[in-house]
Amino acid sequence: MSVTTLPLAGIAAAPAAYPVCAHCGQPAPASRRFCCPGCEAAFGIVQDLGLGRYYRQRSLDAAIRPLRPEATDRWDLAQSIVALPDGTHELTVAVDGLQCGACVWLIEQVLAREPGLRIGRVNMTTRRLRLVWTGPAADASRFVSRIEALGYRLVPFTAALLGAEQDRTGRMLLRALAVAGFAAGNVMMISIGIWAGQTGRIDTIGPATVALLHWISALIAMPAVAYAGRPFFASALAALAQRRTNMDVPISLGVLLVTGMSLWETIAGGAHTYFDSAVTLLFFLLIGRVLDHRARGKARATAEQLLTLRSIDVAVIAADGTLHRRPQAQVAAEDRVLVAAGERIGVDGVIEQGNAPLDASLMTGESMPVNAGPGTAVYAGTLNLGGALTVRATATGDSTLLAECVRLIDAAEARRGRFVVLADRVASRYAPAVHLCALLTFLGWYGALGVPVTQALLIATSVLIITCPCALALAVPAVQVIATGRLFRDGMLLKSPTALERLAAVDTIVFDKTGTLTEPLLALSDYPDTDTLNAAAALAACSRHPLARSLVAAAGRVTPADGVVEHPGQGLSLGDVRLGSRSFCRIGNGWVLRAPGTIDSPMQNAPGAGDSLANAPGAGDGIQTADDAADAMQNAADPGDTQTTRPELWFARPGQAPARFGFNEVPRPDAGETIARLQAMGYAIRLLSGDRPSSVARIADALKITERTAACSPAGKVAAIEALRQQGRSVLMVGDGLNDSPALAAANISASPASAADVSQTVADLVFQGRHLAPVATALVLAKRSRRAMQQNLALSIGYNIVMVPLAVAGWVTPWLAAAAMSSSSLLVMANSLRLHRPVKHNRPSSLRSLGTVNQPGPYTQRSLGKTKGDGP
Amino acid sequence: MTIILYLLAISLAMGGCGVLVFLWTLRSGQYDEMDGAANRIRYDED
Repeated sequence: MSVTTLPLAGIAAAPAAYPVCAHCGQPAPASRRFCCPGCEAAFGIVQDLGLGRYYRQRSLDAAIRPLRPEATDRWDLAQSIVALPDGTHELTVAVDGLQCGACVWLIEQVLAREPGLRIGRVNMTTRRLRLVWTGPAADASRFVSRIEALGYRLVPFTAALLGAEQDRTGRMLLRALAVAGFAAGNVMMISIGIWAGQTGRIDTIGPATVALLHWISALIAMPAVAYAGRPFFASALAALAQRRTNMDVPISLGVLLVTGMSLWETIAGGAHTYFDSAVTLLFFLLIGRVLDHRARGKARATAEQLLTLRSIDVAVIAADGTLHRRPQAQVAAEDRVLVAAGERIGVDGVIEQGNAPLDASLMTGESMPVNAGPGTAVYAGTLNLGGALTVRATATGDSTLLAECVRLIDAAEARRGRFVVLADRVASRYAPAVHLCALLTFLGWYGALGVPVTQALLIATSVLIITCPCALALAVPAVQVIATGRLFRDGMLLKSPTALERLAAVDTIVFDKTGTLTEPLLALSDYPDTDTLNAAAALAACSRHPLARSLVAAAGRVTPADGVVEHPGQGLSLGDVRLGSRSFCRIGNGWVLRAPGTIDSPMQNAPGAGDSLANAPGAGDGIQTADDAADAMQNAADPGDTQTTRPELWFARPGQAPARFGFNEVPRPDAGETIARLQAMGYAIRLLSGDRPSSVARIADALKITERTAACSPAGKVAAIEALRQQGRSVLMVGDGLNDSPALAAANISASPASAADVSQTVADLVFQGRHLAPVATALVLAKRSRRAMQQNLALSIGYNIVMVPLAVAGWVTPWLAAAAMSSSSLLVMANSLRLHRPVKHNRPSSLRSLGTVNQPGPYTQRSLGKTKGDGP
Repeated sequence: MTIILYLLAISLAMGGCGVLVFLWTLRSGQYDEMDGAANRIRYDED
């Protein structure tokens, strides 16, 4: 199979029309090979090391962060480095920008050339890089900077504890699986010998040989049961200790009884033992457990990765005025923190210096930026849309929004109660029924028919063997493994093991507005014409400011202009061309707003206009007075005398009328279709927002949601959801903000986009990635289908019992029959679960055709984060 | 019938070796990541 590039359409397919950077594959200025000096340097590093084949073998994924080196300050790695007992040091970092297997190769090859590094290995599933080296701890920064120079972004891991814990369980299950597999294979081999010898026709096997083979089986099976059964025994004991019962109780009881009875038979020299059934049962069940554990571990690791990559490094201003970049967790109260324009604020605190419009939508649900100045309290996660701010960090007191939300979350979770999964509900009735059945069988044979005690016990135990819930225990996990895997590939991370069943019961869906139904960032909503937009985007492509990025996103393919100068907090300039705030572009100052008609003949006054504005190259630097800057920030958020209060950018070109770009929140691209589809599927849709009534009404009208509530406080949202639950409804809450997190905890089940606030994402049972809302609908459809498959599986395994139990009660069940029946019923259940792999069909009118693109990677979808190139359908 | 004893001992020894090798691969972390191994083979040096 060819391993050469699979370039995504557009990146390498049209080199003539759009020159792309030879390193990162992003658009580059027409005259150059590289988009920026960083890429040029990275390309040089790769070529110098003789790793040039990387460029031929890689395939770029548009959904992943491009490989463009960024001049960011370095993380303080010291806190994340672990000193190992043998004198070496270890560091694990999350890698952002892994495009495909070739990137893994490149990173490992580059690290292999570093002296002193013992292990430098990328885990492609979890997208983590593990470094072990022999030198001093300070060497870490050398390795990290080597990789960062290539354009990857590395973020040190702090949540390593959770991963290690999970790893231990996973390894324990695998070891148990190995032992059970070994025992099952060997015992079954011996058993077949016994059965063949006992057919009667070829009487080649004497009682002494049978006894010997039974003893050997016992010697293999009993340690195996003791070892491989531990996960089930532990779970069963834990359930019994809480006076509950779960599926592991009948499993443990069945396995132990079967083993004990078989041992008894072996000692007594009987004809039948069931060691093979006991170990095969454990083997099958352990396969299910291992797969289940792996699927959920993958989803959890991806969720962890998402949060780690978004963690913000905070620029702390030291007493001597120097800047130190530190992870959020290491910022102390009273530290002074510098927040540059376009950055997210990393700490809770109070503004000491500077004025800027802040986008707090992730915190409060308020979609429009608010102006903040000295004295204003700000929360971590707020986006700074204006100039530089100095923030004094405060301790997380009881009065902050975060503390309030955490308190509400705890209260809501305490009220939510424990959800009893289907399997445990079945088990709670199944276990007493089969145990009663076995008891009655014993009493019937011993008491009524008068057979010897041992024989009656034997028959009663065969009932327990036949009813030992192998298929029943696989019925639910088999479905869950497949459904979780499918959702994962579609960009949805199922974090809770019971989420699927709770999702299937949902009848009411409550949406948050800002960031959930709408795009996480403000989007360009009005602009004069496409040519102007493209021209402005060429400047904007050079900035990381959120508004500039929205503008570039709206323009589509943009070739960045060469020589653009960024004036922090004001705008961008390229010679006489300016893009930025109203005052930065001199609107109403030197410029006279012209009627649109004059744009037709812009050339006539071009030279003169440029001169009269004193906009000669270089003059831009001179205008950064404090007044001007403050003015600019005011205007960026609240231009006051214009027709709107929305954020805007102005674009001024010599000789042309200045153009205005307005920004507003826009619904996610498929929000309308998804809402319509959910309504058609019979779900009641509600909108609960913390935003102003006018903004809520605008979006709700556009999406045709009639039940809406605006200006909801976090507690108000919880109250609304609990009122719905009082009415007997099962509620799915979809929200992203910190203010939604208590409501997420209060609902029966909750979902968050991957762009959500950290707290919300941690609380949510389901995290969906990408720009689209349709994953929510897909998850609901799949959950319903999963529930149906679970019910079918349970019916199948109970049906099998109804057929087999009378045979067992009658005493006709022999070991080979038990083994055959058990395996076939398990296979039947697995086969039925595999049907979930069928694609989800969307019952929708043909006009909603574009919905079909939901599961395909759009240019901005993040779904491939957890996915590698190789495991596509 | 003593041949059975020999054969059983041999088969169990072979199976036991298999389990031990598996446990060793497990301990050395070869199952921690499945995707990477599948991809690495395509890029390894000749």
